[in-house]
Amino acid sequence: MVQKNRLKRSDFIFIESGEAFQPFQYSVGKEGSRFFTELRDHKKFFGLKCPSCKKVYVPPRKVCGPCFKTMEEWVEVGPMGTLSAFTILRFPFIDPETGEKKPVPYGYAFILLDGASTQFQHFLKVDPDWPPTIGIRVKPVFAENRQGKLSDILHFEAA
Amino acid sequence: MEPVAIIGVGQTVFGSNRKDQTYADLVYEATTAALADAELTIDHIDNIVTASNDFFDGRTISSMAVGDACGAAFGNGKSISTVEGDGSFAALYGFSRILSGSYETTLVIAHSKSSEGDLRLLTNAFFDPLTERSLGLDWVSAAALQARVFLKEKNISNIQCGNVVVKNRASGAKNPKAHVRKPLTIDEALRSPLLSAPLKETDVCPSSDGAAALILAKESFARKKSPHPIWIRGMGLCADAPFGERNLAESKALRLAAQKAYQMAGIDQPTKQIDVVELSEQFSYQELLWMEELNYQNSSRVNLSGGCLSAHAWIVSGLARMIEASLQLRGQASNQAANVKRALAHGQYGLCGQSHSVWVLEN
Ligand SMILES: [Zn+2]
Repeated sequence: MVQKNRLKRSDFIFIESGEAFQPFQYSVGKEGSRFFTELRDHKKFFGLKCPSCKKVYVPPRKVCGPCFKTMEEWVEVGPMGTLSAFTILRFPFIDPETGEKKPVPYGYAFILLDGASTQFQHFLKVDPDWPPTIGIRVKPVFAENRQGKLSDILHFEAA
Repeated sequence: MEPVAIIGVGQTVFGSNRKDQTYADLVYEATTAALADAELTIDHIDNIVTASNDFFDGRTISSMAVGDACGAAFGNGKSISTVEGDGSFAALYGFSRILSGSYETTLVIAHSKSSEGDLRLLTNAFFDPLTERSLGLDWVSAAALQARVFLKEKNISNIQCGNVVVKNRASGAKNPKAHVRKPLTIDEALRSPLLSAPLKETDVCPSSDGAAALILAKESFARKKSPHPIWIRGMGLCADAPFGERNLAESKALRLAAQKAYQMAGIDQPTKQIDVVELSEQFSYQELLWMEELNYQNSSRVNLSGGCLSAHAWIVSGLARMIEASLQLRGQASNQAANVKRALAHGQYGLCGQSHSVWVLEN
């Protein structure tokens, strides 16, 4: 006779991944390296301009997709910009680079840096005296100890 | 069936650590090289198939990151699709699209950067998390099991495997795109340290960063526009049972894929009728195993480019074999054979060659 499987719900077994991790060393490339170097050493934003459609990409990339053209003309943009979209988050996230929890609430924003054609994404300072609205002017606040990465900017705030 | 041609090829140089380039940059380099080779611009390309693996790229839907770089920018009206697997499987997808009659020209592009992740951890993740992964196997130790059973069953010696390494490394030394360009003596091969018995360090292909691109076209387009069309006369693709559920001493999938390709191309005596062969051998013994299943006996005509033992970027290697075979047919290979009229290219993917593609190409 066939014996029935009489496992209870609590008898089911799970396999935990434990402390599994999958490390990567992502190349930023030539263009990205220049961008982060300028940010770190001079607190400046640089983008690349398409020779064909004149769009300025920030952060920079090698090729303008729609035109399929190599971009080589560097353009300084910002540091001032205009707020294009934002949200205020009420739940924390774990920073994948540091493993640390970001305190809530914090703002996340799309910022159109002056002279740029693409949206730059970063944190937005949450300030009860200053409720953000789309279209306001914002400026970056830089970290004291900069390392050539996105966290060299602490956040953007009202200009 | 209207024939399909390979009308453009492009490869980056393969290297161990191309820090200066993101993988999108590698894709752009290979794509622009293939377009230049075909004497076309991106406007001539009406659809694009990319090959990539999210695990290797360290992000999900990693093909999104190369869209601009291969001319597939959103809004340009080009159909784009992605294959997770070897680039030669993406070539089959592109080939089918042209055969459907809906497209004239397909760009097929593959990329990977072994240097960005940890290959042992990444390939350990190929295994079943419930029953296999915690035992720690990776692509090399899995292959060692295959080497063990294949070498015993066919009574193949270390020296025969060593000779494959020596042969391919000598050819790779002549290939400016190759990753390892240093020839090796049989003594050096045999004295190389054991990694996972019976595999020694020199039995294992290098892990390279790189990209490759191929442009396929329908016959009417190729005859009008291409200075050097290479014709696809036969192809076969077959997937085997997973690792652990098949006899590793043979490759039924490759045998069947080859049979299909030979039948399509009208080949019944492969060794006699095929002038050069480009194989995807990740390990020295695999060249011998794949040759056996392809029923091809002339080793001096195999992997004149240096094969995977000289340059191996995951995902890219099968497409690179198709490119090297095409270059032989055009008389433009770095290690050119005389009078090449028909070539075979082979791609594989998965642990111990789970899936295989076979291509018969003619000039
Ligand atoms: Zn443009």
